[in-house]
Amino acid sequence: MGKKAVGDFTVISNRKLNQSNFLLKLAAPGRLPDISPGQFVNVDIKNAKEIFLRRPFSIFEADYSNNTLSLIVKILGRGSKVLTEINEGDKISLIYPLGKSFTIPTANEKILAVGGGSGVAPLLFLAKESKLKPENVDIILGARSAEDHIQVDEYKKFANLHFTTEDGTLGAKGFVTHHPVFREKLNTYDKVYACGPDAMMKAVAKEAKAAGVFCEVSLENLMACGFGVCLCCIEPTQHGNKCVCTDGPVFNINDLKWQI
Amino acid sequence: MADLSVKIHKLNLKNPVMLASGTCGFAEEINDFYDVSQVGGIFLKGTTLRNRDGNEYPRMAETASGMLNAVGLQNKGVDYFIETTYPKIKDYNTPLIVNVNGSTVEEYIELTEKINELDKIPAIELNISCPNVKEGGMAFGITCPGAEAVTREVRKVYDKTLIVKLSPNVTDIAEIAKAVEGQGADSVSLVNTFLGMAIDLATRKPLLSTITGGLSGPAIKPIALRMVWQVAQAVKIPVIGIGGIMNTADAIEFMLAGASAVQVGTGLFKNPFIPLEIIEGMKKYMEEHKLNNITDLIGGLQM
Repeated sequence: MGKKAVGDFTVISNRKLNQSNFLLKLAAPGRLPDISPGQFVNVDIKNAKEIFLRRPFSIFEADYSNNTLSLIVKILGRGSKVLTEINEGDKISLIYPLGKSFTIPTANEKILAVGGGSGVAPLLFLAKESKLKPENVDIILGARSAEDHIQVDEYKKFANLHFTTEDGTLGAKGFVTHHPVFREKLNTYDKVYACGPDAMMKAVAKEAKAAGVFCEVSLENLMACGFGVCLCCIEPTQHGNKCVCTDGPVFNINDLKWQI
Repeated sequence: MADLSVKIHKLNLKNPVMLASGTCGFAEEINDFYDVSQVGGIFLKGTTLRNRDGNEYPRMAETASGMLNAVGLQNKGVDYFIETTYPKIKDYNTPLIVNVNGSTVEEYIELTEKINELDKIPAIELNISCPNVKEGGMAFGITCPGAEAVTREVRKVYDKTLIVKLSPNVTDIAEIAKAVEGQGADSVSLVNTFLGMAIDLATRKPLLSTITGGLSGPAIKPIALRMVWQVAQAVKIPVIGIGGIMNTADAIEFMLAGASAVQVGTGLFKNPFIPLEIIEGMKKYMEEHKLNNITDLIGGLQM
């Protein structure tokens, strides 16, 4: 007992990153438990018309010395929109920490992390926590256009950052899988990770599978509870239907039944 | 000292606040948050004779003050429960009640016989009201003969406390309650979910893979409360109130309407601590109203 908690966090800052993404920094009500990259929180959206359920968000950063958590909130629907409008000092209730993390790479491994949209959040956290030499970490971030990218320059100290845009306004033109890294050195990685829109993750998974490289993806199925009791967020796997919230959100692509 | 204990047939509950089937897993998931021995009882996830994968995704849609679900009784089957789950949870110090489901009367009987062997399961909740399965489930619970048949046959093989969970998708729920009482049910729990649906305007398709699903949450509370009130007047056996309970006031309303105990369901998705908050809230209410026994509230509606 006591492995998960429900707590009121205090908003320290709510900063606009670009047109659709906000960075929400929250102070925990007490000591922050250990959190691993890929885990998430389920956030109560208060005072919002017709919003009943919580909304899940990946953890972007955990700062144990200050007991703070950061989330990247992308405006997707009514729930996330309300969250982007909260102010410093406001309290929000989180259920935390939830889900299983990415498999953390071992020392000297080479990894590739591919993110789209707010899917960058757990990947940057992973790059930071994996404590690999930055030259062994490649991160490809994809977006529609340069203005959709989130400013993540500070992550250059943990990884080689690469960008793709569909309109060619930043980095390589096209989808993430059109980046030269996929053509030139996919089989040199020990682990590949992806987080973002379904189609993007499937495209990455397809390449990784063809190259025979270990690959994990983080799924975003609709969920009600976030802790394995409602059985709504299920994903068909080789071992039957699994809950994305407790058996995931991170899955090895070989366990999924994706037609790739 | 406020006495919160209530009795449901042979079941002695330390308090009337229990966890509803399908919303608390097999108790361990809630025990990850706090010691579940604190709640009055736990109704475990619906169990069937054999493994069921449940319905296809998507199984959930948020609605105004509630949600629709179409899980379809996903569970690993009773043998897995007995071998793997039961040993891990049997020593929780609160009644554990198995929610029993079948597509035929024979399946209900076979499953009940297996559960009857388990020392630490003092009661079953006969689910004749699941709206999300093609066979059995609610089909038994929406007619008096169907509800009577399952209850009568299960009663023959089960001597412990038999609770029957009723469907609200009927013309007169009190008639169904009387019918199962007549066949030996020790208690009725109500309500299960209301059949509903939701449509995606962008695709013009249903939001649930099964088109329709069960509506739960605060949206259904006033209807559930009315049904509990009607049933409590129609039967002599204890009534367990379920339907959109989110706080102490909700729970006390159900007890005033005639419920001897309540189950918190969908509210747990929002906050698994709601049952503990209600227990504390009840103590406070009793203090303020100078009540010694929570049982004094049961059916205490003033007209």
